[in-house]
Parts: sequence; C-alpha cells; structure tokens
Amino acid sequence: MNTPILQISDLHAGLEDKPILRGLSLTVRPGEVHAIMGPNGSGKSTLAGVLAGREEYIVSGGSVLYKGQDLLEMEPEDRAREGLFLAFQYPVEIPGVSNTYFLRAALNAIRKHRGQPGIDPVNFIKLVRQKAAMVKMDEALVKRNLNEGFSGGEKKRNEIFHMAVLEPTLAILDETDSGLDIDALRSVAEGVNILRGPERAFVVITHYQRLLDYIVPDVVHVLVDGRIVRSGGKELALELEERGYAELEAQSRSENQPALAAG
Amino acid sequence: MNGRSAMSNAITMPPNPVASAQLEPFLADFRAFDSRQNGSEPLAVKQLRQAGIASLAATGFPSTRLEAWRLTDIDPILQGHYQHPVAAPTVDAAALIPHRLAGCASLVLVDGHFSADLSDLSGLSEGVWAGSLAEALRHPELLALETLGRIARFGDPAQAFVALSTAFVRDGAYLQVAPGKAIERPIQVLMLASGGSTVSYPRNLFVTGAASQLTVIETFVSLNESAHFSCPVTEIAVGPAANVDHYRVQKENRAAHHVASLVLRQDQNSVFNSHSVMHGGALVRNDVVALLEAEGVSCTLNGLYVVSGKQRVDNQMLVEHAKPHGYSHELYKGILDEEARANFLGKIHVHPGAQQTDAVQANRNLILSKGAIAHSNPQLEIFADDVKCTHGSTVGQLDPDAVFYLRSRGIGQEAARSILTYAFAADIVERIKVPALRTDLESFLFNLLPEGDVVRQMAI
Repeated sequence: MNTPILQISDLHAGLEDKPILRGLSLTVRPGEVHAIMGPNGSGKSTLAGVLAGREEYIVSGGSVLYKGQDLLEMEPEDRAREGLFLAFQYPVEIPGVSNTYFLRAALNAIRKHRGQPGIDPVNFIKLVRQKAAMVKMDEALVKRNLNEGFSGGEKKRNEIFHMAVLEPTLAILDETDSGLDIDALRSVAEGVNILRGPERAFVVITHYQRLLDYIVPDVVHVLVDGRIVRSGGKELALELEERGYAELEAQSRSENQPALAAG
Repeated sequence: MNGRSAMSNAITMPPNPVASAQLEPFLADFRAFDSRQNGSEPLAVKQLRQAGIASLAATGFPSTRLEAWRLTDIDPILQGHYQHPVAAPTVDAAALIPHRLAGCASLVLVDGHFSADLSDLSGLSEGVWAGSLAEALRHPELLALETLGRIARFGDPAQAFVALSTAFVRDGAYLQVAPGKAIERPIQVLMLASGGSTVSYPRNLFVTGAASQLTVIETFVSLNESAHFSCPVTEIAVGPAANVDHYRVQKENRAAHHVASLVLRQDQNSVFNSHSVMHGGALVRNDVVALLEAEGVSCTLNGLYVVSGKQRVDNQMLVEHAKPHGYSHELYKGILDEEARANFLGKIHVHPGAQQTDAVQANRNLILSKGAIAHSNPQLEIFADDVKCTHGSTVGQLDPDAVFYLRSRGIGQEAARSILTYAFAADIVERIKVPALRTDLESFLFNLLPEGDVVRQMAI
C-alpha cells in the first residue's frame, strides 16, 4: 500500500497570463485525509480544477501522477472513471436532466470502464435510497432535476450524495463547507467519514477550520501564493484558526522577492 | 363564366418585370387548374380561389424588403419547376407505416388529395365528421363552406402564400366536432408528397362546436428524396369553451420547400394548444396567426425546430389579443447545427380594450456549431393599459461549465453535449400529450444525437 494515490511534484499552473500554482508538491497515500487550507486567492480552487481537468487551466510545469498514471494526460471523464471525484464549490444547475438518471448514467459509465455490466434499475434504486439516507438527502431532491432550484446547502449535500453513490478512490472537496449551516456541515462530514477507508483518500480544500472538527485530517497543508508553505498535523488547523494566515503570507512574500500579489 | 375569362378580369399584373416573371408559372398553373375544375366546385369556392389569384397577382411574391420576409429567401421556391398532380397518385400503403401514429385515426392526403383508401377514420365518436374537404364543401349541413377562407385572410403582400394556396383550394382535411362532443382518439392528418417535383396546396379546416374537444396532428412527410413544394393553409375555428390540442410535425425530406400558414380563431373561453415540431425540409416557413377575438381565451403556441446542414427554418408568430382576459403563451425553441439558419419573429398585438391580457413569448436558440445562425425578433404592440406582457429571446451555446460538470462525473464529452442538448428540448417534448407522437420525437432525437443511447437511458 505504499504507492501514493496522488503524487504532485513541483506543479506550475494558472490561467492564460496568470501563474497561480508555483511549484506545488503533495503526496497523498491510500487511507489518508489531507486538508488544504489557505487564504483567498492562494490557488486552492485552481488545484481542484487542475486535478479534475478543467480546460481553462494551463499547466506550465511539474507532474501529477494518479495511481501511477499521468493524470494531466487524461480526459476529465477518464479521471472520473478511474475513481477521481471533485465535489464542486459551485455545482451547476442543469434543468431538464434528472438527478437520479444522471447519476445512473455516471455510475454506468464508470462500471463500463471497469468492465462491469450496467447496474439494473432495482438495485440502483436500492443503492440510491441507501446513500440518500446516509447523507440525509431528501428523496424529493434525489428525483428532481440536477441541482435546479436547490439551495446552496442542498447543492453541496447533493455533491456528497453523488460521491457516496460513485464511491471514488480519491475525492477532492472544493470548499464544500462554505456557506453550510451546522446540520448540513455535519451531514457532509458524515458522508466523508462513512466512506473513509484504507483504499480511499480525500483532499479537503477549505478556508475555515470548522469542517475539520468533523472530518479529522491526517495532514493539514497551508497553501499560500501557489505553494504549500507549511504542513502539519490536525493541530495546525487550530493554530491557523487562532492566528490567521497573515503571518504565513508575509513570510511567503519575503521569501519570494519581489512581492507577489495574491491573485 | 369560365375560369379563363374570370381570370383576365380579376388579375392586374404588378409592373415589375421580375415580379411578373416569378408569377407567370403559377398563373399558368392556375389557368390550367381552373379550367379543370369546370363547375365541379361550389361557386363560393371558385370565387374564393379567384380572389386568391387576383390578390397574388396584385401583390406579387413578397420581397425581402417586407419585414416579415426580410430573412426568408424564397428564390429557391420560385426557381423550382413543379408539377401539380391532377389527381392523387397511387401510393403503396406500406410506405405510410413508419409515419402513422399508433392509437390515432388517420386522414391521409397525397399531394393534397384526400385518399379514402389510405385513411382510417373508424371508431370516431358520434358528432365528429372527418374526411375530405372537397366532399365536406358539398354538404350544406356542415360548416365547411361558410367557414372556408373566413379565418385565413390575405390581401397584404406579406400574405401572398396564403393567397397562392387559396387560389388552388380543392381538397384537404375537414374535421368538425359537434357542440359538446369529444373525439375518442386523436386524428392524424398525414400529408404525403408522393415523389417527383410536385407542388401541393393542402387546405385543412377544423371547426369545433361549443364545449367540444379535438386533438389533431398534422404530419408532413415526403415519400422520397426529390425536391417538392408544399404550401398548406390550415384554418381552425375554436368554438366557445372548446378545447383543441393541435400538433404539427414537419419532417419532409431535406430538399423540400415548405411554406405553411396556420390561422386560428378562438371563441369565448376556449382553450387552444399547439405544438409544432420541425426538422425536415430545405426551406421551411411557418406562419401562425392566432385571432383571440373573444373574451377569456387561452392560447398556447409551442414549437421545436431541430436543423442542421443548410436547412432554413423561419417561424413567424402573430397573436392578436382583441378582447379582455386573454392568455397567450408562446415558447419556441431551436437547436441549430452545422450551417443551419433559423429566424423567429413573434408579434403580440394587444388591441385597445383588451384589458387583463396576459401574454408571454419566448424564443430560445441553442447553437451547436460556429456556422449556425439564429435570429430572434420579439415584438410587442400594446394599446391597452392594464396588461401583462413579457417576451424574451436567447441565442446561446451549451454551457461549458455544465458540460464539464457532467464529464467530471464520468460522462463522455459527446454524451455530455447530447444530454444537455436533449435537456434543452425536453420541456417541449414533455408537453406533447399524444404518446405515440412523443415517442416518435424522442426516438428522432436519440437517433440524431451522438451517444444517443446514453441520452435514452437518462430520459426514461
């Protein structure tokens, strides 16, 4: 079990004229939960976007290995079929597409990729019921159109519901906690905790320490100006909560003259 | 009085030599056609036809200087050399099977001529008359003769094709539902182009009595791939408190020219719903005129056009709110691929005194390729002060965030695009209440869209 699920080495990436990640390295092994914290503009969502394969990001250097394969060469759908899951910070509303049927098509695409037959409708409905109950997702929302008219909290819960059904190897949660009330936050955390296991890993991207009260991370990283400037145990999150990011930001900038703007 | 002498009295030629040259083949066809009728039609019909040709001759065909025809290039139509079949050619019944809708009665027109052999009008309830317009016009107890030509008006240059079609009125579908009666099963009016470069002028007339109910589907198909021209006019009289569900499917071949007019007049408290699906033809022009001439009527006009290649589709809607408490709702959606072009012009005209009008109009276009172009032009003309009218139009592409969202869950790129394209059309598809028609449209979309099987899984 020593092969990392994810191995990011010296990753440089950004938008067309704007470098955002500047030499980020991160290794995630099976069974681990990594939290990535950092101020606004530090590159947290860029990291999530690059890993999931958003086309607007341009990778200018470094490498990303996912289960030993070159992740950056893979299409977004192939990443998903290989077990990578991104819980979106802003899940997209898609009128006219049923949440349930979409999820079945997604699950079947993944199963087909693994050489498994499509799931039969009866078992699928059972699975959906079970997972919806697990993340306390209202069954009415399960049947509605994908995220259409969902509240912010419902959308995030739906992301966790999708994750629970698709059972990814590596799940990246992009600020799934922001804007959630305490009940929703607990359900999201519970969804993650139930899925935690020796085969799976999580990268939890968050601005606040709050979520980490419920999802206890193995490692906490602090991302500033596109690089990980500090890593530590779960107590690092508490320290950041108390002292904020200012000190680490100032330190990062003094090490990187001339000063870089946090984009 | 024979046709020829009446003609020479009635027709004043427009001075423009180009316009005259455009008209000449149609006038020659009219003279031949008129002499063939030779007293076989009621005098009122003959007079109506003569009024039609006189109007066409006076106005000429519409030029692109007319706002309503600005974006419709009719040259390909006028340059066609069409044969006008004297009688219905024989058609193999087997060729119709793929086009028949299960669970529906059928009234079949071949090149505009009613075919009793191909039609199935069994099992219609008492109080329903369904059959050939030519025959109905000879039945004084029916309302055909007194209604024909009273709803679809012409005279204005923009209505030249109504005038043209009227000049050649001979046959078509006639439906009449007696007051208080309802049809047992929907009636499909199946209009076939038999093949060859034919022109047809089917005239359909549907008259519904008070508190009656009718579901009718007009289907236009070609039996082979040759270029032909269809110029149908449909008139619908919706009786007081009647409920009419109208559907239209335009799936003629990719060489066909099609210029159609649908004109409906609604009586008090009546409900009219129309769904139009267009995916055939090289050039398709649909004019819909809704005359809301009584209080408390409800009119829904929905449409879906799905075009690709070099197809042209042009929808022109006019809703006349003439009386108070009228409700109209229009939703036209278009999916355009390759180098297809679509035009939508929708006008809502609220007359003085038509208070409490509630009118909504929307036209949404989804562009799937760089070469496709959609124009959308909503217009409101409001002459009453206590009304609620809204309109909106959009021309856009698939949302890249939505495509990425689906892909990030394991759906392939092609499938993701197809799912979203289908979803765009879904709210029109879902409103189709005739099961066989809905299934047909779904199958068409699943076959058209790449990775249609994934879409099919998601829609069922």
